[in-house]
Amino acid sequence: MIDLEFIINTVSLGSLYALLSLGLVFVYGILKLVNFAYGEYIMVAGYAMHVIGQNRGIPWYVTMAIAVLLAAAVSYATELVAFRPVRTKSLTALIVTSFAVSVFLQNVVLITISPRSRAVPLPAFFSQTLTLGTATIPVRNLVIIGTTIVLLIGLTFVMKKTVLGIAMRAAADKFTTTRLMGVPANLVISATFIISGLLAGVVAIFWVGRSASVDPLIGAAPLLIAFIATVMGGMHSLVGAVIGGFVYGLLFNILSIMLPATMISYRDAFMFMIVILFLLFRPEGIWRGGYTEERVG
Amino acid sequence: MRLPEKISALLKRRSTLFLLLVPLIAVGFVLQAVGTPLILNIYTYFCVNLMIVLALQMFMGNSGILAWTHVAWVGIGAYASGILSMAPMVKSLGVPNMYPHLVELQLPVVPAILLGGVVAAIVAAIIGWPLMRLSNAVGVITLFATLIVVHVVMTQWDNVTNGPRTFFGLQEFTRLPQALVGAILVLLLAHWYRESSLGLRLRAARDDRFAAMAIGVSVVQVRYVAFVLSALIAGIGGGVWAHFITSFSPKAFYITETFLLLTMLVIGGQGSISGAFTGTALVTVAREVLRQVESGMNNSGMFSFEVYGLTELVMAVLMVIVLIWRPSGIIGGQEITWPLLKRKNRPDDGPGTDVVEPA
Repeated sequence: MIDLEFIINTVSLGSLYALLSLGLVFVYGILKLVNFAYGEYIMVAGYAMHVIGQNRGIPWYVTMAIAVLLAAAVSYATELVAFRPVRTKSLTALIVTSFAVSVFLQNVVLITISPRSRAVPLPAFFSQTLTLGTATIPVRNLVIIGTTIVLLIGLTFVMKKTVLGIAMRAAADKFTTTRLMGVPANLVISATFIISGLLAGVVAIFWVGRSASVDPLIGAAPLLIAFIATVMGGMHSLVGAVIGGFVYGLLFNILSIMLPATMISYRDAFMFMIVILFLLFRPEGIWRGGYTEERVG
Repeated sequence: MRLPEKISALLKRRSTLFLLLVPLIAVGFVLQAVGTPLILNIYTYFCVNLMIVLALQMFMGNSGILAWTHVAWVGIGAYASGILSMAPMVKSLGVPNMYPHLVELQLPVVPAILLGGVVAAIVAAIIGWPLMRLSNAVGVITLFATLIVVHVVMTQWDNVTNGPRTFFGLQEFTRLPQALVGAILVLLLAHWYRESSLGLRLRAARDDRFAAMAIGVSVVQVRYVAFVLSALIAGIGGGVWAHFITSFSPKAFYITETFLLLTMLVIGGQGSISGAFTGTALVTVAREVLRQVESGMNNSGMFSFEVYGLTELVMAVLMVIVLIWRPSGIIGGQEITWPLLKRKNRPDDGPGTDVVEPA
């Protein structure tokens, strides 16, 4: 049961989920906002690939780059238009706003494109497989692992070495103090939304790559996964989010194998039960970050 | 004190209740006399929604905790009351896999609806006991996770709920009079609760958890009572709703509906009964108007495609505008009183806007 195939599949699933939860936790760290519109950034990138992909002349890497940038742009736009004016108000107002943004984006796509799912053209290697000894591995899974490694190294560099990254980490720790040191709040928050959108865009490529289609509700499932993974890993640190992503991937694959066939449809219920129990006993998550309840005021 | 003085004193003390109840009942009577079936339906639906939103206000408005699970209690109440009130013949037709001892049960509609509420309250009492200890983001997240667990169970347990398929065949019990009576009772209860010692303690815990603890409020306990009470009313509201709509599926008790209920509560102002009332009224009217516009656009052939989702789109935009313009809702955290001009200036910051006035 635990062979090379299982390991590589679990690592690649975990990598995808790690990127996913990282995007969510970036915003959560500073605004203490669980951004319900996060799944919709993924949807936007998916639709960008659908629309641009209709034009055969454009190479796939250009399409993907545009999709990722568009997700970041939409993320930034929602911050500017919706989140910024509500930011200083109550947490409930902020969460409800993110909810409204999510409904808004979904219905824009419903009206302008279609309520039904649409095909997304993908490069050929997405559906090829590789044989290593006895194991058959989709090339896609190896690409996910590679992309995740590159992105994690890049993000670590940005967060540890650049002024912006240090400001973002400081803001996640003690926002008021950081502002007193002369760090502009709007800049830091915009930057987190843009990074969050970029990560959503990258995830979208692989998420859409699994089914090669996109529909207006495609954002719901990744949002939930990012949600559980960050909660389990620890919502107060970026490392925790990555760990949470991998733990979720592992847990998901194990539950898929272990649960009897009659119970498999309850898998999500089991996952969320584990989350609730976990939070009751360890509210700070696997990775104990700088635990803070402060919100932006 | 002479009788007129007594009446005027009562009117002053309970002016919020009169300001809300008089139009509610008056419009109900007028519509019952002259309304078309469509208008009657909309008003009935409004009354049912009012019950559910007021139940939401009881917990969420007074505790400040975003109540994701609310729609789950509505769903449990709807299914439980439906299973209790349907005739065995209809049940075995509608839900072929149902457990035999559930099929045999049959009660009159009113006890079935009340029992549905009790079932929701029991589930809430079991789930809420540990969860009410958690505050802030962790509290929000665990409640959200609970909603998902309940939803998965509803869509998968086809021995009880018919799985993701439609659950149908309920008696059409709820009409305008029944819904109106329900709404009036819940309004009275919600108002009583908000002003009662329990409600005051809960509001104190919402505004400053630590200060409330310091003066001896058991935060977990007051939250817990509100959570269970709110689930009871939500379950009853769900039963009334189920006997109005007569067929539904688990989809009706998930994120879209949560968003609708939250819109109703937050637009008006979650901190007050008047806010919940106003929000429900505004959203009901706005939705109906938008729906008419949407179907009008589709029928007129103005566009080559079906306009679908316009209602939700506009509602979302309205919601964000209201939150930016008045984050504590149109009415805000204080009840409307008579005369309206007596209202004090209040800060517009979040749900905790009840200004304690010096005596």
